Amino acid sequence: MEQNVKTLLEQFRTIAANPKKAVEDHKAETGKGAIGMMPVYAPEEMVHATGFLPVGLWGGNRPVSKARTYLPPFACSIMQQVMELECDGAYDILDAVVFSVPCDTLKCMSQKWKGSAPALVFTHPQNRGLEAANRFLEHEYAVLQEKLEEVTGVKVTNVALEQSIQVYNENRAVMREFAKLAAEYPQVISAVDRHAVFKARMFMEKSRHTALVRELMEAVRASDPQPWMGKKVVVTGILVEPDGLLSLFDELGLAIVADDLAQESRQVRVDVPEGDEAPLYRLARVWQNMYGCPLATDTKKARGPMLQDMVRKTGADAVVVAMMKFCDPEEWDYPIYHRQFGEWGIRDLMIEVDQEAVSFEQARTRLQSLVETL
Amino acid sequence: MSVKQLSQMSAKELLAYYQAKLDEEARQAKANGKLVCWSASVAPPELCVAMDIAMVYPETHAAGIGARKGALDMLEVADRLGYNVDCCSYGRVNIGYMELLKEEAMTGKTPEVLANSPAARVPLPDLVITCNNICNTLLKWYENLAAELDIPCIIIDVPFNHTMPVSEESKAYIADQFRNAISQLEVICGRPFDYEKFHAVRQQTQRSIAQWNRIATMSQYKPSPLNGFDLFNYMALVVCARSRDYAEITFRKFADELEEKYKKGESAFKGAEKNRVAWEGIAVWPYLGHTFKTLKNQGSIMTGSAYPNIWDLTYDAEDETLHSMAEAYTRTYINTCLDNKVKVLRGIMDRGKCDGVVYHLNRSCKLMSFLNVETAELIQQANGLPYVSFDGDQTDPRNFAPAQYDTRVEALGEMMDQAAQTAGE
Ligand code: SF4
Ligand code: SF4
Repeated sequence: MEQNVKTLLEQFRTIAANPKKAVEDHKAETGKGAIGMMPVYAPEEMVHATGFLPVGLWGGNRPVSKARTYLPPFACSIMQQVMELECDGAYDILDAVVFSVPCDTLKCMSQKWKGSAPALVFTHPQNRGLEAANRFLEHEYAVLQEKLEEVTGVKVTNVALEQSIQVYNENRAVMREFAKLAAEYPQVISAVDRHAVFKARMFMEKSRHTALVRELMEAVRASDPQPWMGKKVVVTGILVEPDGLLSLFDELGLAIVADDLAQESRQVRVDVPEGDEAPLYRLARVWQNMYGCPLATDTKKARGPMLQDMVRKTGADAVVVAMMKFCDPEEWDYPIYHRQFGEWGIRDLMIEVDQEAVSFEQARTRLQSLVETL
Repeated sequence: MSVKQLSQMSAKELLAYYQAKLDEEARQAKANGKLVCWSASVAPPELCVAMDIAMVYPETHAAGIGARKGALDMLEVADRLGYNVDCCSYGRVNIGYMELLKEEAMTGKTPEVLANSPAARVPLPDLVITCNNICNTLLKWYENLAAELDIPCIIIDVPFNHTMPVSEESKAYIADQFRNAISQLEVICGRPFDYEKFHAVRQQTQRSIAQWNRIATMSQYKPSPLNGFDLFNYMALVVCARSRDYAEITFRKFADELEEKYKKGESAFKGAEKNRVAWEGIAVWPYLGHTFKTLKNQGSIMTGSAYPNIWDLTYDAEDETLHSMAEAYTRTYINTCLDNKVKVLRGIMDRGKCDGVVYHLNRSCKLMSFLNVETAELIQQANGLPYVSFDGDQTDPRNFAPAQYDTRVEALGEMMDQAAQTAGE
C-alpha cells in the first residue's frame, strides 16, 4: 500500500512538472487543443465544456531576462515569470488564453500579451453583493463563451455546461477533502507532494484528476494516521513555489494543515450553486459567493476571521504568510489581518515568495526561528 | 469674504481660497456633528454632495502633504503598521495620516508627528466612497479605511473596459450601483435622498467640467498661454469641488485669464517656447518645481497630459437613467484597453501640438506604469515623436532621482531639437 502511495504521488509530481506534455497528450487523445487560464479566477467549466484542456498559467522558475523589457522590476514575481514565458513562446502551443483582470497588474498584462494565441479578456465586477453584479458577470461570461466557441469551433451547450459544472463541483469537493487528509497524514504527504496534487489539477482534465486523487486518498487511508511531532501551520497568499521553498516546511517539520493560497484552496473554496437558473448565471454566482481573497472586494475584510477559524479548526500553531513579491492586493490585506492576529494571540510569520529564487536562506532562517519559538 | 472680494481675485487666489475653504468646511461639519466622507478622486461626488455631506479627498490631501515635504513622516507610520513600500504612496500617506487622527481621537492627545506635519488638517470620515476607474488599489485602500475605522464604505465599481466602447451592460451595472449607493446614503444619513438636489448637483458638475475643459483647450495655441503644470495644481479643485460652484468659478476665471493672455499674444513662459512636451502620468509632487524647471530651463513647455483630462466627466445631466453619468465615470483612459488608451493620449498630443513625451514610470502606480512601454511604442509608430521615461513616484520622495530625471529630459530636448532641425532643412 505504501508503495502505491509513493507511486501515485510520483505521478502527481510528474504531471505537475510537465504541462507541455499534458497539452500534447490531450491533443493526441482527443484531437482538441488547450486553453490557457491566467490566474486567478475564471469559469473554467466553460472551457471544459468545449473539450479543450484548460491549463493553468501560474508562472515558472526561470531567470527573468526578456521580461525586463516589458515590465519594471516592481511587477509581481509571478507576472515576471509569465511575461518571460510569453517572450519565450512557451504559451504558443495554446489555442487561446482566458484573462481576468481583478488587479491592476492583470489589467495591464491583459493588454500586453506577447503570445501568439488570442487573449480573451473578461472583467469581474467588484460590487459583489449586488444582483446587478451577477447580471453583469453573466453577460461577460456570455461574451467569453462566444469567443471561446469561435476559437475552438465547438458550440457550448447548456447540457455540456451542466455536465462540466458537475465535474468541477465534484473535483472541488474532493480537493477540499484532500486538504483535510493531507493535514492528518503529514508524514505521508509532504508539503511538496501536497502542492503537486494541487498543481497537477491545473494540467489535467478534472474528472481524471478527481479519480486519481480519490485513488491516492484511499491508498493513504489504508494506514492509520500517526501523531505529528512537528508544528502545524496554515499558509496564506498567492502560492508557495518553487519546491525549494516548500521543502523547507518538510525539513523543519512544519505541516501545512490548511492553505489559503490562490493557486490551491481558493480555487476550490466555492462551488457552483445548484438551482434552476441558467448555468452561466450560476457560474457568475460563484464570484459573489467567493470570500477571503484580496481580489474579491470585501469591505468587511473577512479574511482575518476566516484565517482565525482555519487556525482554530486545524489546531495550527501559526499562520505563515507567503507574500508574493510585489503583489499589492496581498500587501494591502496584510496589515489588517496581522493586527487582528496580534489581538487574537495568533502567531504569524511573513516569508517572501519569489518564483525566480534559487536559494532560500532567508526564508529558512525565518521559518527556523518560528519553529523554535512556537 | 475678508480681504478681497471673490470677483477681484485672480484664478490662483481663488484656487487657494477654495482649497482652504473646503478643508474648513469639512472641519466645521465634523465639529457640528455633520457627516464627513473621504472619497477617491474620481468617485462620483454627486451623490454625497446632494446629501450635504462634507467631502475630503485623500489623494489630493496626500499630494499636498507630498508637495509640502511631509510625506516621509506619514509613510513611516504606515510602515509601522505593516504596509509594504510597494503599496501606492498616496494610500500609505493617507493610512499614516488616518492612524494619527485615530490615535488623537482615542487618546485626546495630538501625536507629535501630526502636530508638526505640514499636512492640511482634515477630519476623520464617517463614511468613505471609492471607485476603481483609475485603479483597483483604491478598492483595497478603502476596504482598509472602512475596516480600520469601522465605517460604511460605498463602492462604485466600474469594470475595466477591455473592449471599447463601453458596453450597455456595464452602464446598467454602474447605474444600478448609483441607485444602490443612494439607498445606502439614505440609511447612513437617516433621511430620504434629495433627488432634486441631485439633479442640480449633476448640472453644476457639468458646468464645472465645461470650464475645466475650456482651460485644457488653451494648450492648443502656439505659443501656449497655458503651462501644463498649472493643470496639476488646478486639478485639486476638479477633484475636490467639481460638484460645487467653487470649481466652476475658479476655472472660468483661469480660462478667462488664459484667453486674455492668448489675445495679447503672451506665452505661459517669459522666454520663448522651444518645444512642447506631453507628460504621461501623475506629477512628482515632492519635486514638482524641479520637474517643471528642468523642462523650462531647456525651453520645453508641457502642453499635453492625459491625467488631468481624466476629469473630463462630461455627461448628460438630464439623463435620469444615469447611464450617461455611468459612462462618463467608467471611460477614464486608464480604465480602457490599450488601443483606446493610445488613442486618447495621441489626441492629447495632437491637440497640444507636442514634439515629444515624458513618461513617468511611477513606482507607486502599477496601472499607470506597466503599459508605458507598449503605449510609447505604439504612439511613436503612429506619430514618430521621441520620448523618454524616468523613474519616479508621486509622493514617496525616495523613489525619484533628480539627476536621472534631468539627464532623460535633456536627452529628450536634444532629440526634439534634432527633429526640429531636420524638419527645418
Ligand atoms: S499582483 Fe498579485 S494578484 Fe495581481 S497578478 Fe500579481 S500576484 Fe496576482
Ligand atoms: S497613484 Fe495609481 S495606484 Fe495610487 S491611487 Fe492613484 S491610480 Fe491608484
